[in-house]
Amino acid sequence: MKAKRLVFIGVGGQGNLLASRLLGEAALSRDIPTVVSEIHGMAQRGGIVESAVLMGDVTSPIVSNGEADVFIGFEPLETLRGLTKCNAHTTVITNTHPLPPFTVAIGQGAYPQVEESLNLIRQKVDRLIALDGNQIAEAVGNPLALNMVMLGALIGSDTIPIQAEDMKDVISSSTKKAFLESNLEAFDKGMQSV
Amino acid sequence: MHKLLTDTPGERMLLLGNEAIARGALEAGVAFTTCYPGTPSSEIPEQFFRISQETDLYFEYSTNEKVALEVGAGAAVSGLRVMVTMKHVGLNVAADPLMTLAYTGIKGGMVIVNADDPSLFSSQNEQDNRYYARLSGLPMLEPTNTQEMKDMTARAFDLSEELGLPVLLRTTTRLAHVRGPVRLGELKPIQKAAHFDKNPFHWVTVPAVSRNLHKLLLERYERAKAVSEKDPYNETMGNGKWGVVANGVAFDYASDAVADLGLKDQVSILKLGMSHPLPEQICIQFLQGKEKVLVVEELEPINENELKALAHEKGMAVTIEGKGTGGFSRLYEYDPGMVRKAVAQYFGVDYSPPEMVDTSDSPQLPGRPPNLCAGCPHRATYYAVKQVYGQDAIYPTDIGCYTLGMLPPLSMADFVICMGSSVSSGCGFSRATDQKVVSFIGDSTFFHSGITGLVNAVHNNHKFTLVILDNGTTAMTGHQIHPGVDTTPMGVDRTRISIENLVRGLGVQDVHVVKPFKLKKTVEAVEAARDFDGVSVIISEEMCPLFAKATQQFKKSKPFYVNHEKCKNHRDCINQLACPAMYLDGEQVEIDKNLCIGCSVCAQVCPENAIVPVKA
Repeated sequence: MKAKRLVFIGVGGQGNLLASRLLGEAALSRDIPTVVSEIHGMAQRGGIVESAVLMGDVTSPIVSNGEADVFIGFEPLETLRGLTKCNAHTTVITNTHPLPPFTVAIGQGAYPQVEESLNLIRQKVDRLIALDGNQIAEAVGNPLALNMVMLGALIGSDTIPIQAEDMKDVISSSTKKAFLESNLEAFDKGMQSV
Repeated sequence: MHKLLTDTPGERMLLLGNEAIARGALEAGVAFTTCYPGTPSSEIPEQFFRISQETDLYFEYSTNEKVALEVGAGAAVSGLRVMVTMKHVGLNVAADPLMTLAYTGIKGGMVIVNADDPSLFSSQNEQDNRYYARLSGLPMLEPTNTQEMKDMTARAFDLSEELGLPVLLRTTTRLAHVRGPVRLGELKPIQKAAHFDKNPFHWVTVPAVSRNLHKLLLERYERAKAVSEKDPYNETMGNGKWGVVANGVAFDYASDAVADLGLKDQVSILKLGMSHPLPEQICIQFLQGKEKVLVVEELEPINENELKALAHEKGMAVTIEGKGTGGFSRLYEYDPGMVRKAVAQYFGVDYSPPEMVDTSDSPQLPGRPPNLCAGCPHRATYYAVKQVYGQDAIYPTDIGCYTLGMLPPLSMADFVICMGSSVSSGCGFSRATDQKVVSFIGDSTFFHSGITGLVNAVHNNHKFTLVILDNGTTAMTGHQIHPGVDTTPMGVDRTRISIENLVRGLGVQDVHVVKPFKLKKTVEAVEAARDFDGVSVIISEEMCPLFAKATQQFKKSKPFYVNHEKCKNHRDCINQLACPAMYLDGEQVEIDKNLCIGCSVCAQVCPENAIVPVKA
């Protein structure tokens, strides 16, 4: 299988590391060669958290600038910042709910208008899928399920050879019972929003 | 049951590189494990910590890397299989025992895992610890993927026993934190006890003994070289008139590049899995008949220089290049695109990389640096010290979450070079200058290497204040225990050492124990310490809220909100504390009630008493 390179970018606490790990599990369950990479440590204290999932004929665990096939941004400012990973053929999936960094609160810079950011991104890449993932997660009664919404949108985008059922099997086997129903609902709603 | 104890050989699991190393050790029957945590190595001992609660495996968080290696040495020379893990700069701390343990050697297999950090994701430098293999004369293995991380670890134990030497297993951040499929092997039973056979004329390294041991090390090195020539991980792939030599994760980038560029028939690849001692015969065979060879290695040009020396010695005409070619530098980690471009350029292949989107029309984006968490007690301590000294004092700091205090608006860090340096450099600053000095060190770092500096400060009559930020855990690396922690909530039995008793026992006359969320009292203690003529210590005790939550020790307080009827928008709260729970809604400061843990520090800072607890 031709290599597929996916980049996940989020902010500490949004759960993008879990999303990329679950995607890796789903790929493994379909016998697709996969490698997932994560950044741990200092970067996690409220900073930017990046992970990557690579599938198919590739062994390198990271994605260079300009080489992402799919870019999944959990926060609109970070999607814009991370755009260097993309090229004209990239599919970008982004959450539109802003999480302003504290530098904005103390007056070191302004948070860019979300609509303007989305327009900017739309002009540069093949396809932009934008959704308010936080709102969807709140609506299913599980504010922490943003990562499930984003995984749903990814599967819904039909950019990778992983089926919704494969993904749901992995989610089911790695979620605590109390959150399972809302996680699966968040995943479905994410898928439907594409 | 811990997932790494799954006893189904042949099954495939998606494992983190560090988990794969732990699994490899279990498949080798490791009996004894020690460490000091450090990114990117910390997930290995995390597995051992939990597994030791279910099995006969011995595990300890040692006070520092030197101690960890020496504890491990005692077990290994007695005959147990031992793994010791640390980050690259940790091996500097453990370098003293390493150099002479190489002389004595070991009986039970000993694997020292060393995790390098090219690009400094979470470190103070990016030194290349392959030099330690050369410095100590010890064998070094370098896996290139998760499967090899498991398999090479298991093999490293056999190799160690075969040679009588500790074996260094080197990873880098990219490998440690990669998840990939691993096919499991069989678990071996854990040997419970060993017996040390006395032989002082081997194990006691007085000069007369060590003169012989150095000779023994060189003999063992020669045997290691012979092993390296036959090592299955020193592997030549493909054939062609051109060559690439690579190690570690750079091997993945290089082999992908050769495949992507359609060069498989022209470029053969030599993977150096056992990179020290260098398998010279394999290298000579590889170089023979080649026109040109590109060495793809991150950080220092070690393989490059060794290959060039070898080619020179054998009078070979092959061109060997590495650093300085195609953007290859001694700085930072490589990436797949960079290596693909360099390979294409070096071998003269047409290649145009995917074009990165043009971001020149993006607006100026506000930064998102890492920050102390909402309700972090370090913020309160820094604020209190700043009330007394402002920016006038020198603030030597140390390694941990609290290093983040360097960022504005706190700006409470002036110098750090390594673990423990806050205390000892404080001695130097206070003696060399007329400036006041307040040093900051975390609890775990104090036990790691702050104690000797404090003894020095008392003994040599230095004059400064040391603030020990005691948050009851090793927070930065993932909440590991240390000697000052009450370990009962974690279900383990360890003896707790009181930092206050220790500090008093070291002869410090002026000791203050404060609760940093009580700002006024904390400020008073800082003033008293400032006025003391000698070494003062302030122990600032408040548990890391993340750790408290993770261990069910968190005492929930009401979150706070801004009463806009009272608020006059001085913004002292947000401008001086920069707590991530605060944000601006238009021109008004608001507090995110989901992030606020109710530490009340901002309420004490507000001149209008406008920040109050949310009513029930």
